[in-house]
Amino acid sequence: MQIKPILAALRHHKSGTALIALQIALTLAIVCNALFIIRQRMAHLSRPTGVDEASLLVIQNQWAGKPSTDEMSSLMAADLATLRQLPGVADAYATNAWPLGNGGISFGMGYTPEKQASVTSTAIYFADQHTLPTLGLKLIAGRNFQADEIRQAKDVSSMALSEIIVTRDLAEKMFPRGDALGKAVYLSAKPSTIVGIVERMQVPWVYSFADNWAERSTLVPDQLSTLRGDNYVVRVKPGQMDAVFDGVSKALFAANRLRVISPRDGVQRLSDVRTKAYKSDRGMAIMMGLICVVLLAITAAGIVGLTSFWVGQRRKQIGVRRALGATRRNILDYFLTENLLISTGGVIVGSVLAVGLNLGLIAYFELNRMPLAYVGVGVLVVLLLGQLATLAPALRASRVSPVEATRSV
Amino acid sequence: MFSYYLELALRSLKRSPGLTLLMVLAIGFGVSASMTTYSVFRAVSGDPIPWKSSQLFVPQIDMWGPAGRGADGEPPNALDYIDAVALMRDHRAKLQSASYRVAPTMEVPGSGRHPISISGHAVYSEFFPMLDVPFAYGSGWSVDADTNQAAVVVISGKLNQKMFDGQNSVGKTLDIGGKDYQIVGVLGKWDPQPRFYDVVDTGGFDTDTDDVFLPFTRAIAVNMNNAGNTSCNSNPAEAGFAGMQRSSCVWIEFMAELDDATAIQKYREYLDGYALAQKSAGRFTWAPNNRLRDVPAFLDNQHVVPSDTKVSLLVALGLLIVCLVNTVGLLLAKFLRRSSEIGVRRALGAPQAAIYAQFLTEAGIVGLAGGVVGLVFTALGVLGVGMVLPKDIAALAHVNFSLLLLTLVVAVISALLAGLYPTFRASRVQPAWQLKSN
Repeated sequence: MQIKPILAALRHHKSGTALIALQIALTLAIVCNALFIIRQRMAHLSRPTGVDEASLLVIQNQWAGKPSTDEMSSLMAADLATLRQLPGVADAYATNAWPLGNGGISFGMGYTPEKQASVTSTAIYFADQHTLPTLGLKLIAGRNFQADEIRQAKDVSSMALSEIIVTRDLAEKMFPRGDALGKAVYLSAKPSTIVGIVERMQVPWVYSFADNWAERSTLVPDQLSTLRGDNYVVRVKPGQMDAVFDGVSKALFAANRLRVISPRDGVQRLSDVRTKAYKSDRGMAIMMGLICVVLLAITAAGIVGLTSFWVGQRRKQIGVRRALGATRRNILDYFLTENLLISTGGVIVGSVLAVGLNLGLIAYFELNRMPLAYVGVGVLVVLLLGQLATLAPALRASRVSPVEATRSV
Repeated sequence: MFSYYLELALRSLKRSPGLTLLMVLAIGFGVSASMTTYSVFRAVSGDPIPWKSSQLFVPQIDMWGPAGRGADGEPPNALDYIDAVALMRDHRAKLQSASYRVAPTMEVPGSGRHPISISGHAVYSEFFPMLDVPFAYGSGWSVDADTNQAAVVVISGKLNQKMFDGQNSVGKTLDIGGKDYQIVGVLGKWDPQPRFYDVVDTGGFDTDTDDVFLPFTRAIAVNMNNAGNTSCNSNPAEAGFAGMQRSSCVWIEFMAELDDATAIQKYREYLDGYALAQKSAGRFTWAPNNRLRDVPAFLDNQHVVPSDTKVSLLVALGLLIVCLVNTVGLLLAKFLRRSSEIGVRRALGAPQAAIYAQFLTEAGIVGLAGGVVGLVFTALGVLGVGMVLPKDIAALAHVNFSLLLLTLVVAVISALLAGLYPTFRASRVQPAWQLKSN
């Protein structure tokens, strides 16, 4: 295929050529960045929590009529007994927070009591001996809490924190040599001994402030009783989710009327909590996906439109070439090569624009740096799209009969 | 003459229906994507109290010192109890109020009804006049009620509807957290977005409105816990709500009305003086690092408009530009295909202006049709926003007349802009050339 005559022909359509190239460049720049955003959001929202989400319910309970701290801990114990007796409930425990709940307590963890020496942040989950079986956490070293280790804490500052269970990620961060079990770390002025390590448990927050320590959680053997109320995490037996979801607040009200469980979000499936927590990530991915599809469709349609126009304009020249011995294949190749030349110009400019747009997004919106592979994939997609879009009008061109050469007008 | 151009344009557009449809759809998609994302952006970036936002200020005090500052050197975005109460006591602004979020339980009269959880804010009496809060019945409470820790309450119109069927309930009582509170005021419709008086707890947007407003002093006296966020630089030394009040944990929002530049300057000096006094008292060991921002600046500083919203708008505008480039290319092809027709018209005496009028009319029609398609997609898009965005933000985006009008205007203007270059090229067609070759 000779490129020279194509370039000569393009020189007659400077503006049309430039417009298509520009459109391809802009499309490439936007599609690369949109794909990168989609990929980031998908990676974010598919992070595992480490708990058995499908069979968990969370109940947020608030006591009415101001019981004292002692009264509250017996009320909590009574509630847990009620919950565990329900048919369909496998186990339950009381806590302050749960993965994806976007609310909770974080502490700094260090090797010494001074706060400034903290090595990493960690989420604090209140737990008891029922926590591991309820959440379905996998203990990879050490042991679970024992019943006599569980204490009542009046508030965050009065936690005992003498024994703790940590996640593997946290253990490896604190003790990279893998000997965390039995070691002491500091969450407060007093040492805390790591008695167990679980494979994985995500912190409660899904937004960016916890991104660097998303799997560094600490379970503490305390039960918190405050006026803010109790939260219960309930493990439901297989197939019983709907029945327990519908009946659980009625059962709790039957046991004690003086409480508030919001009819709107007092009882939530953890799977619904996940949907809510990642709604904006999923929304952004969908929106970017839609924009990519529309963008590629419009660019493809634009190429079809302009190429068709050019084919129509050159019917006579095509006829002459055919009459002089050019095969159909030659004509087809001519238009495909022409598109490839224009697209190549477009993607060269577009790659620069894509990187520039990414740098702008980094500067203004704290996005991450896009790997160049996205530009590579984008270039391939756009080039292929251009060739496919050219195919139909080019085939039509190849079917122009040599007789056209002899017709005037 | 215009009707003649209209007829010419319609005939030309009908001649190549595929190309016309493509241009109309391209403009429709581009405009509707931009308008949908713009409707969200417009909703979240609005000024919640435009007539007064530049007189309302949020003071920030650096009670944590250099160790507690972020990378940008900013002090916390809320106050601790000690400083909030000191600022209230000194009372240096025209109007001011500390506030924090509460979520008490309320008994519902009638046997067998469960108590319900209500949400609200503990505020000072000046909160209501300062924010121009509208009342349906009654009013806020007096300064005396602040001092006396009076058991009074202002309730929302929604709660009034629920409990008293919307009747004037001023003077009646509600059992909140086990104590009787006398209703002194019922609010009218008041749902400012962004929720500028409590960005700290809402992040800016909230689908739920406050049910009640109670005196701050009363809420503290009856140990009504903070139901909003608490940030601590170090663990409180003492347990419980009392310990929280003596700690440097921040959980109180503060707003002050300062009407002119002198008042603002004086308040800045006051804040610095306060911080210096704390330093000489030994509570702070660092130089004053205060902030005093008005509401728009504070909302901006707190990144109330989610960056997702801005990125989406930007990408959608990019889509619109691509659609326009696409339309320029197609119009160019379409117009130049009619070079011989233009040649004849020019030869018969039509001036360049006539060619402009004719082809811009055609572009305008494409734009108008694209706008109508865009209206439909924008309406669908705004409906669909609820499925992809968090509830508190999606609820704010809505279709109204101005959005629809804007959609049409943007579509027509974009099409005319896209038509400019092709029309310029068409007007430059040399009549002699066209007449000769064919």
